Amino acid sequence: MPPRPRADHRTGPGRTGPERAPRRTPSRTPRPLTLNPRHDGPGHRHPSAPTPRRPRTLAGRTRRENATAWAFISPSVLIILGLSIVPVVWSLLLSFRADDLVTPGRWVGLDNYRALVRDPGFRTAVENTLVYAGLYVPLSLAGGLVLALALNRRIRLIDLYRTLIFVPFVISAAAQGVLFFFILDPQFGVANSLLHHLGVSRQGFLSDPGQALYLLVAISLWSGVGFCVVVYLAALQDVPQELIESARLDGANRLRVLWHIKLPSLMPVTVFLLLWELITALQVFDLIYVTTKGGPLGSTTVIVYFVWEQAFQMFTAGYGAAAAYVLAAALLVTGTALRLYRRRRPGAAPDGAVR
Amino acid sequence: MTAPAPAADAARRRTPPAPPARARRRLPFSAWHLLLAPLSLGFALPLVWLVLSSVMTNAEINRFPPSLWPSGVDLGGYDYVLGNAMFPRWFANSSVVAVTAVLSNLVLGSLGGYAFARMRFAGSRLVLGLMLATMVIPFQLTMIPTFLVMKELGLIDTLGALIVPSLVTPFAVFLFRQFFLALPRELEEAAWIDGCSRLRVLYSVVLPLARPALATVAVLTFLTTWNDLTWPLIAINHDTQYTLQLGLTTFQGQHHNRWSAIMAGNVITVLPVLVAFLFAQKTFIQSLTSSGLKG
Repeated sequence: MPPRPRADHRTGPGRTGPERAPRRTPSRTPRPLTLNPRHDGPGHRHPSAPTPRRPRTLAGRTRRENATAWAFISPSVLIILGLSIVPVVWSLLLSFRADDLVTPGRWVGLDNYRALVRDPGFRTAVENTLVYAGLYVPLSLAGGLVLALALNRRIRLIDLYRTLIFVPFVISAAAQGVLFFFILDPQFGVANSLLHHLGVSRQGFLSDPGQALYLLVAISLWSGVGFCVVVYLAALQDVPQELIESARLDGANRLRVLWHIKLPSLMPVTVFLLLWELITALQVFDLIYVTTKGGPLGSTTVIVYFVWEQAFQMFTAGYGAAAAYVLAAALLVTGTALRLYRRRRPGAAPDGAVR
Repeated sequence: MTAPAPAADAARRRTPPAPPARARRRLPFSAWHLLLAPLSLGFALPLVWLVLSSVMTNAEINRFPPSLWPSGVDLGGYDYVLGNAMFPRWFANSSVVAVTAVLSNLVLGSLGGYAFARMRFAGSRLVLGLMLATMVIPFQLTMIPTFLVMKELGLIDTLGALIVPSLVTPFAVFLFRQFFLALPRELEEAAWIDGCSRLRVLYSVVLPLARPALATVAVLTFLTTWNDLTWPLIAINHDTQYTLQLGLTTFQGQHHNRWSAIMAGNVITVLPVLVAFLFAQKTFIQSLTSSGLKG
């Protein structure tokens, strides 16, 4: 119903009609201008009984529309909802069971969650995840902002600089891991070789429990900061130029333009990036699997690694599912908090003008 | 820096203010190059080393300190990886999974997105809401039961286990919906009036106009499926079914000191994404930022 009447008005009387209800249109638009020379012949038209037929055609059309629409969406619905809603419920049920994915499990109530609280391995995983996220998220945002501000100018080679800084982002975590495992190899790695040339003694790098987690943050920053850069660069293009110009004319220097105009305009994007990078950081897995496998001495075991290890190495899937639920709850809380924050201050800046 | 006289401003405001800084420059080039050139080269350095070490001999690498520059181009690593290891097979597997995922996301995503954007039907709001809600579910929460579902379907250890979950993502449906909503309806109405079905309208009128959305979905689907390691690691055991990421990871674990071969395999793993990126850089970056800014 809704598109059709509007169509009649907008497309003009001359072109209306013959598709599904050729009979009713001419009677409803009595203007003489209706006649269009190249329009379909009068043989198509049934000038009789236009009004009483309408409800029936409409109902039929609605039914047909329903069927078509569901045919369009059903593959997506089946796959997306089938592989998310079902697993989410299943996972919750699993977390209340002792289950090895092979033999039938048994119901244990909240025992998995109680055990998690007492498990020093899980505590370490949570701490490692928090350290990793606590370093990665602010550094990627700050680094991305600084780099974007530096790259936001028209000089020669700027496209090359942007490309080089962004390119690590498209490299898979597995490839990054394999590459840096080699670069940071204590014996044959080029990193120690460079340090050797500088007169620094050989480092353990990823095999050193005191360094491994920080090196993983650094590797993630190498590849992840490019995303923040391109998002900030795009947002900087949207900062209203007139605002900057008039501020400059009013005597504001570069620093004040940055502080009072550019940064406030970037607030919405910053909140988005914060959320995005936080979720990325809390879910880090591939890089750790490839480089340290959670070691040395559990110093790089993060929550997702813990979940994976419990479910697919130790065959305590129920326990792993409980850990996954704890992570999901944490993600949900942070996500909701940030979203509320964003909604509460819709116009924290001149961002109404930004988009 | 600028004149304080407000009266003169009004006239000057129309013309773009010429930056006075440019006149003061002494360097023949912008001073920013001094910062940006070393910085961007620093970002590229690990990748340069990746390529260099892939053409070194193992003797050059396995000594301390290792050489920093290859003495010549040695393709022994590539020979080994392409001949003795299963990299060609893994490359084919990855391609099958990624190409299927891209095509299917384009087809199913545009169908779903079109229905949600243009058609009114029973349950549309509920279903759309549910689909959007699934976007925030972290993968870790669903990976164990997804494994069980795939096991029920008998797909574990086949490429099907990798393909089925990536056939269509809520992101693709939602992105197409947003894009179609922004298209003017009039274009489609002309086609309806000529008696086209919904499907015809979608494929002959709407999709040709939706190239940016198609490109975004294709790029992001390719990037995520090609680069994924977690799910193949869970769903695949047998090495004939490995993807490149899984194969590379396992290969590294099994060949500790064949670094040039490992790096050759690594080059092969990143090359398709890298080439795609360099050729379609603008599309890549627009895809990422547009999906980001809307999020």
